[in-house]
Amino acid sequence: MVSSLIGAVELGLIYAIMALGVYITFRILDFPDLTVDGSFATGGAIAAVMISHGYSPWLVSLLAFAGGLAAGACTGLLHTKGKINGLLSGILMMIALYSINMRILDKPNVSVYGEDTVFTSISPLVLMPFVVIAIKLLLDLFLHTDLGLSLRATGDNARMIRSFGANTDNTTILGISISNGLVALSGALIAQQSGFADITMGVGMIVIGLASVIIGEAIFGAGSVFRATFAVLLGSIVYRIVVALALRVEWMEASDLKLITAVIVIIALVFPSVQRSIKQKSAARRRSAELATLASKKSIGGDY
Amino acid sequence: MLDLRNVSKLFNPGTFDEKVALMDVQLSMKPGDFITVIGSNGAGKSTLMNIISGVMKPDTGEVRIDHRDIQQLPEFKRSQWIGRVFQDPMAGTAPHMTIEENLAMAYARGKRRGLSIGVTSRKRSMFREQLNRLGIGLEDRLRAKVGLLSGGERQALSLLMATFTRPQILLLDEHTAALDPARAELITKLTQDIVQEMKLTTLMVTHNMEQAIRLGNRLIMMDKGRIILDVNEERKKNLTVEQLLGEFEQISGRKLADDRMVLGL
Ligand SMILES: Nc1ncnc2c1ncn2[C@@H]1O[C@H](COP(=O)(O)OP(=O)(O)OP(=O)(O)O)[C@@H](O)[C@H]1O
Ligand SMILES: [Mg+2]
Repeated sequence: MVSSLIGAVELGLIYAIMALGVYITFRILDFPDLTVDGSFATGGAIAAVMISHGYSPWLVSLLAFAGGLAAGACTGLLHTKGKINGLLSGILMMIALYSINMRILDKPNVSVYGEDTVFTSISPLVLMPFVVIAIKLLLDLFLHTDLGLSLRATGDNARMIRSFGANTDNTTILGISISNGLVALSGALIAQQSGFADITMGVGMIVIGLASVIIGEAIFGAGSVFRATFAVLLGSIVYRIVVALALRVEWMEASDLKLITAVIVIIALVFPSVQRSIKQKSAARRRSAELATLASKKSIGGDY
Repeated sequence: MLDLRNVSKLFNPGTFDEKVALMDVQLSMKPGDFITVIGSNGAGKSTLMNIISGVMKPDTGEVRIDHRDIQQLPEFKRSQWIGRVFQDPMAGTAPHMTIEENLAMAYARGKRRGLSIGVTSRKRSMFREQLNRLGIGLEDRLRAKVGLLSGGERQALSLLMATFTRPQILLLDEHTAALDPARAELITKLTQDIVQEMKLTTLMVTHNMEQAIRLGNRLIMMDKGRIILDVNEERKKNLTVEQLLGEFEQISGRKLADDRMVLGL
């Protein structure tokens, strides 16, 4: 039990980097980016292949990040310059990346077992908190620069920031790029932690990312950027703990997880809008009751 | 300063839905001109603004700012010279960002947006000073999200953001139309003060006839995509709302119809 929880925290920390990437597109740019499923595996593939060829794991992780940047830039270009619908541009890149990842891997999975990885000398549980916090703080800092502000405004009110001279095509491309860079880096670290990269390792990643973002916001709130990114990190860890606990339920199979994740995301997406409409309805009911009593009082007053 | 030559714009050309938004419009503004624009619904006032700011490209004709041909420049590049306030109070600010962050983005107009921190303490005190001039207490709420502000507060903020970097041209498209009369009057007053003090070259669409006459040094009236009346400073001084409505009827042969029209008699 304890060891499975520790394992969950470990995974949660590594996947948190991916969740931060999803946060950038989904929350900041308001752009549901499906590239993630492809770019996660791209990161893993780059890492596994290069490490098995004896390259430094740190350099390799950095290159995986660069690979993700490039993939994200392509999606951004399709969407902004090619004027393709956001969801579709992500799907197109995801499919394209499948072939590219297969080319990189050259076979469905590549093992790095016994090779030097970033986790060879330091355990993930010690290393990852530093890496994740550093990435989070760098991202926070970036989102408060002039460029970062215009990136945030692009998702918040594109017309407004264009009227102040920012090129929203460029900020969109930049945001999707950084997002997929982080996703690929996360994939590279997962490959090193698990000892292999697999062509299907990214399947469903977008939904897991969304689940982490949503769980984090629901539990820890999202007032400021600093708070929101922190919530995303914790959301990723909580998600992994939920998964670990779910796996201990007897009648549940590992393959049910994707369904559970999808259900979490669906609930989280539907709940706020249902809640809002219920609130509105009850407010309306209360108000009309108020007005009705007011009216009846008046008519009594009239009789008087 | 601003020159439009033979600018025309059609929507849905060749279909039964064809709309003439602008037809062969000529307009030339001198530095410091403050022109008010009135006209019936669908006269092409907003289209005129959109073509100047680069949101739309004209079908024919050209737009020049300071003798530069800006025909090929996209909206975001023209924004370095053009400040805008929209009719919708939601349109001019980013609701999920703070007042100071919004101001920092406006302050970066015409500059390269790089990796320096957006809101520094030096900028913050400058923003506070600027907000102070609006006189509505926003200077104490620098870190409040703009989404929490009322429509009038937002519009005042938008106006400040649009102007405090001193754009060469200021475009106001019915920027008080969505506000209640008291707030509209406040924004109008602020507009007048800011434009006068900074000597901004301004084009202001309004549906308030009295305001159109009172503000600015020139008035143009539009109808069916054309400028049908151009009143200079001399004549504007003695103009009345009745005269203006009469002129419209005489030129266009019908009554001025604007569903947001305020006569201000
Ligand atoms: N995007 C568009 N597509 C099709 N037709 C349009 C579009 N924008 C404007 N039009 C049409 O062009 C004409 C001019 O519209 P415009 O918005 O410039 O008028 P306006 O003078 O601003 O009117 P209002 O006083 O109602 O704001 C109208 O007939 C309008 O229906
Ligand atoms: Mg209009």
